[in-house]
Amino acid sequence: MSEGTYTQLLDLACGAFLLAAVVVLWQRKLTAIVRTFALQGVALAALPFLLGLHEARGELIAVAAGIGVLRTGVLPYLMRRALDSLVPAPVTGAGHRYVENVSEAWETQPLVNVAASLLTAALLTLLAYAVARPLVLLGPAPATRALPVGLAVMLIGFFVLSTRRRALAQVVGFLLLDNGITATAFLAASGVPLIVELGVSFDVVLAVLVLQILTTRMRTAFGTTDIDDLRELHD
Amino acid sequence: MSGPGIAAVAAQVAVVTAGAPLLAGLMRQVRARLEGRAGAGIAQPWRDLRKLLRKEPITPVGTGPAFRAAPALLVATTAVTAALVPFLSTDTPVGRNADVILVVALLALGTVALALAGLDSGTAFGGMGASREMTIAALVEPTILLAVFALSIPARSTNLPAIVAGAVEQPARLASPAGLLATAALAVAVLAETGRLPVDNPATHLELTMVHEAMVLEYAGPDLALVELGAQMRLTVLLGLLTSVFAPWGIATGPSWAALAVALAVFVAKTALLGAALAAGEVFWAKLRLFRVPELLAGSFLLALLAVTASYFLSGE
Repeated sequence: MSEGTYTQLLDLACGAFLLAAVVVLWQRKLTAIVRTFALQGVALAALPFLLGLHEARGELIAVAAGIGVLRTGVLPYLMRRALDSLVPAPVTGAGHRYVENVSEAWETQPLVNVAASLLTAALLTLLAYAVARPLVLLGPAPATRALPVGLAVMLIGFFVLSTRRRALAQVVGFLLLDNGITATAFLAASGVPLIVELGVSFDVVLAVLVLQILTTRMRTAFGTTDIDDLRELHD
Repeated sequence: MSGPGIAAVAAQVAVVTAGAPLLAGLMRQVRARLEGRAGAGIAQPWRDLRKLLRKEPITPVGTGPAFRAAPALLVATTAVTAALVPFLSTDTPVGRNADVILVVALLALGTVALALAGLDSGTAFGGMGASREMTIAALVEPTILLAVFALSIPARSTNLPAIVAGAVEQPARLASPAGLLATAALAVAVLAETGRLPVDNPATHLELTMVHEAMVLEYAGPDLALVELGAQMRLTVLLGLLTSVFAPWGIATGPSWAALAVALAVFVAKTALLGAALAAGEVFWAKLRLFRVPELLAGSFLLALLAVTASYFLSGE
């Protein structure tokens, strides 16, 4: 692969990675958010794959395959299952009109409205570029130049985590944050050792499993997954 | 001052003016066929214009110069824009003045003229349409500027012919993240600016939802013909801008008659194809609620901003 093609494909993967984070912010439907997150996993897996091809390192390609399976397959599957158990099936039949309760499937009222959060994402991206400037100057290669993209996705993930109300949207925010950290590691240091990557991946899977159980429990206890209902203490 | 250059400018204005109603007719026809109707035919907008032009000019009582000047101003600004944007050739006598900022300002002048006319008519619908149009315009203009700026960074110039000529020489520029993001942002902005479906419904006459139609409710006869022609020309110019900036293949870059003829055929084909695709897409879309429109436009502004940052930082020159 020539230098020019490598740079172009790397830039394209980084652009798609950042774009997916923005689209998560834009969507209201939780299924669409989960689907966008899965697409972001493809872009994230493309980063170590391209780096591995460019530097001819086999283990990076293996890491890419692992990340691809985990972030485009396992995690979205777990979240989709949690979502299916949350949203009751529409009631149809004699005597009933078609009734569907969509309140659990939509991020209806985020703390910051969508237009304002999109503009905030623009500011966060600019902030990431400003912060990463000295780091990029240390070693200007195509991969390090894309470093701000990882930081921006981290910041956007943190923003999603702090402004969305539905538990599942917050899980996606947490995973965006993690995607951003992974991307930053690949871009800055061509990846962390395989054992650390494995540890982080298991950590993420466990966190999502625990959060999934917690969400289902919340739903049975309160009848909703709105995090704001957890403010008050009950005995 | 070359012969083909002057001919290119004349041909651009002539093609846009004569072709705009045909493009509108083509889009309506595509839509009609997809909805299972026979449709009125591609030449119907021209027949409408001819009918309106034969009628007696009439203006409502109490309207001032803003109302009377707006239709002519709308058509004139759009015609000047059609001369400036490099649809057929980048090597034209007016090419040096074809700055992005000037083109956007000319389009905004037409929008403002029509909004003032809507206010001048003094009716409730005119004022409502004008206020909605200004809300949308205030969000759209920065997006168009930013999206084209993202492409002007690699060309190192805000001159449109220079941007297009650079893209013809290096097609890789368009496949970069900056190019793709800017394409998406500009496409949304064009939909909003021309009052197409997710933002405004061009076929509606329902008072509470219309934007463009509400402003021109008081026009009749030849004035209405000019307003309609102006709106159709704006659609053609903006679709043409989209094709020549993001799919610049076939545009002549030197003074050659043969290249000009090829460019003419390619331009007509590209714009017709894009218009037909847009009309086909509109069949499947619903109009957005007016209060959701800022969300869409904020999103496209963000895409344009990301395009600018990506083209500045990722290319890293």
